[in-house]
Amino acid sequence: MSMAERTLSRPAPSRPRLTIPDVDIRICLGTGGVAAGSREVLKAFQEKLAQTDVLAVIRPREDDCAGRCASITGTGCQGLCAMDPLVEVHMGLNGSRSAVTYGLVTPAMVDEIIAKHIVGGEPIEKWIVRTDKGPTEYEAFFDRQEKLTLRHVGIIDPEEIEDYLEADGYQALYKVLSSMTPEQVVDEVSASGLRGRGGAGFPTGQKWKFAANYKSPDGVKYFICNGDEGDPGAFMDCSVLEGDPHAVFEGMAIGAYAIGATTGYLYVRAEYPLAIRRLKIAMKAAEERGFIGDNIMGSDFSFHLKLKEGAGAFVCGEETAMMESIEGDRGMPRLRPPFPAESGLWNRPTNINNVETLAVVPWIVLNGAEAFASRGYERSKGTKVFALAGKVNRTGLAEVPMGMPLRDVIFGIGGGVKKNKAFKAVQMGGPSGGCLPEALLDLPVDYETINQTGAIVGSGGMIVIDEDNCIVDTARYFLGFTQQESCGKCPPCRIGTKRMLEILDKICEGTGTLADLAFLEEIAQQVKIGSLCGLGATAPNPVLTALKYFPEEFREHVLEKKCRAHACAALTTYIIDPETCNGCRACLRACPVEAISGERKEVHVIDQELCIKCGACFDKCRFDAVRRS
Amino acid sequence: MSEQALEEQFGELLEHYKGERGALVPLLQGAQAIFGWLPKDVIARVAEAAGEPLSMVLGVATFYSQFRLKPHAKNTIRCCHGTACHVSGAPLISQEVERCLGVHAGENTEDMLFTIEEVHCVGACGMAPVVMINDRAHGKLTPDKAVAVVKEFRAAELAAAGLAGGNGDGAA
Repeated sequence: MSMAERTLSRPAPSRPRLTIPDVDIRICLGTGGVAAGSREVLKAFQEKLAQTDVLAVIRPREDDCAGRCASITGTGCQGLCAMDPLVEVHMGLNGSRSAVTYGLVTPAMVDEIIAKHIVGGEPIEKWIVRTDKGPTEYEAFFDRQEKLTLRHVGIIDPEEIEDYLEADGYQALYKVLSSMTPEQVVDEVSASGLRGRGGAGFPTGQKWKFAANYKSPDGVKYFICNGDEGDPGAFMDCSVLEGDPHAVFEGMAIGAYAIGATTGYLYVRAEYPLAIRRLKIAMKAAEERGFIGDNIMGSDFSFHLKLKEGAGAFVCGEETAMMESIEGDRGMPRLRPPFPAESGLWNRPTNINNVETLAVVPWIVLNGAEAFASRGYERSKGTKVFALAGKVNRTGLAEVPMGMPLRDVIFGIGGGVKKNKAFKAVQMGGPSGGCLPEALLDLPVDYETINQTGAIVGSGGMIVIDEDNCIVDTARYFLGFTQQESCGKCPPCRIGTKRMLEILDKICEGTGTLADLAFLEEIAQQVKIGSLCGLGATAPNPVLTALKYFPEEFREHVLEKKCRAHACAALTTYIIDPETCNGCRACLRACPVEAISGERKEVHVIDQELCIKCGACFDKCRFDAVRRS
Repeated sequence: MSEQALEEQFGELLEHYKGERGALVPLLQGAQAIFGWLPKDVIARVAEAAGEPLSMVLGVATFYSQFRLKPHAKNTIRCCHGTACHVSGAPLISQEVERCLGVHAGENTEDMLFTIEEVHCVGACGMAPVVMINDRAHGKLTPDKAVAVVKEFRAAELAAAGLAGGNGDGAA
């Protein structure tokens, strides 16, 4: 039977909701939410709501309910991690429905939320993070976001395929299979201007075109999704995989159709157990419903998907290393050319895209390339998810149009630096990126612009560091990471990162020299040029940007043996001023190594031999008697 | 679980991946899930089943940080050293957790209750600094809070095992 004769079956929920509950409670069960205790909060809502006789707790697809009822849903990451556990309460019917989000919810608060708000109808102002009744102090976090990639994350239950189907799930795949040729799909994605969200920013449509054009000797091609989100400090992919796994499958199936692949691999890092668990549940459901497998929706297109768990190697995020890893070998990068589009996994044409890239593909197919391309900036179209973390007030995930100035992201959405400390830098792009100073904060977040600074947009991690963080120590941290994760295949990376780390260690210990600084820069350039893959080629970036934008901190370490952030232990001394100390014992109790001695109401003394320079005494002293230098 | 039951599971694992391409990593992952670590003879039998030289399989087992070539304790404490955690004080947290249990990262406590590991990013950066005990993440920690979480977990473990000393005191 040819495709034209077939009528494809349009995806639809097989179990529509029997009841629209009066109260709809949504609790963030992303990794961040769970870390903050959201599972306990969910349990408290279940138990305590069941005890009220006003509301029945129901499952809207299973239970028909005549009286007042409530449903409780666990969702993926709701975004504002700083206020986790987050609980959204939607109440009322039809036109009068209202939404309130509570933050920092504990099981102890649940009784009051039920009594006053859910039963009494009066939201509890002091705990509200967001409401549709007007702006809150957190409004700036939400109001400039545009959620295309995260359109379902934090809203639907990721473990329930019916939720995804109700929210237009698999409609894009239906559209593609029923009305588009593979070439049209490639053209649509090309026209959208979508670029790889994993870091390199390569145009997705162009990548698909290459893979589509190469012929496979036996007709077999592969489509890989890169979920090996290795940049420490980035958690966009983690949240998408945990919060909307079907969107990733759908994006993969659309891409596979476009390039002519029938087998896919989804490679997820082992450090994301929650994502792996949800992916397994979602994959089973998608297979059962026929969205993955043979003759999808009754078409001629078949697509089989395998989940591959990583085993803890950062380099496997590099596409050719990932292929080696899937083949069962050590994940060491291959020499290119040939590029994967020509000869990739098991020497067949292979396409590989990042999680975030694929998750937005169904949106582009349904809403049109123009809708995506109309957002963004110059050559960086659409929106991008950024992970805000470190010393920023509102840590979390934010999806904004590309081109937004860095300042707006960090100080607008992120709400500025914690504890009113002075901003020092924003680290972008993880171990492949760099630290940008205050003076560059008016730059737009755009691939080309950020590349010119020496950092990269990367996968979207933005770590804010403040006056208490040392720029040399931060550079050393990244070099320690890349040195450890270097696969060892090529000498510039294997040996170069080791030598660079040794020099940075020396500088942090106060034994560095000006000659070391010059040598550091020289090796950095050589590693950059000489390395085989992206890991080595970008490993020097954190050091080079630090030297470029913060040269005075390096010189202070070398020439004055001074760390202005008091973060380098060897260059910091804590003493107690005998004139100011009143012997309150607060510092003595705070010291983890019992380095402080002294009787109550007598002057205390720090034993310099025992002191580990942790600063606990300094933070604890209310009389400014602990001095550091 | 009895040695025989483990052996049976291992046999099923080898059978499951028989003849499958690229199965070396999942074979080693499966073996580790069964035995808790990868003893020499297990690696040798994986090599035999996969039809690969032992040197190649050892190469793979030593390449990936997930694989353990020595016994592992019952529970794993992962101190996250991602960027957000690092700049928010992870080094001190690690130091205090290590001091509390009396062992360094990569080592097991003498009672084989805990192995401490240092890992790069568990994806809960918004809650930094983070420590994971088994699959559960604990966020927004200070050195004191981290130690309290570990002690509480340890006390519960000891109480469950019916052992004295479940009062949360340090192991060392």
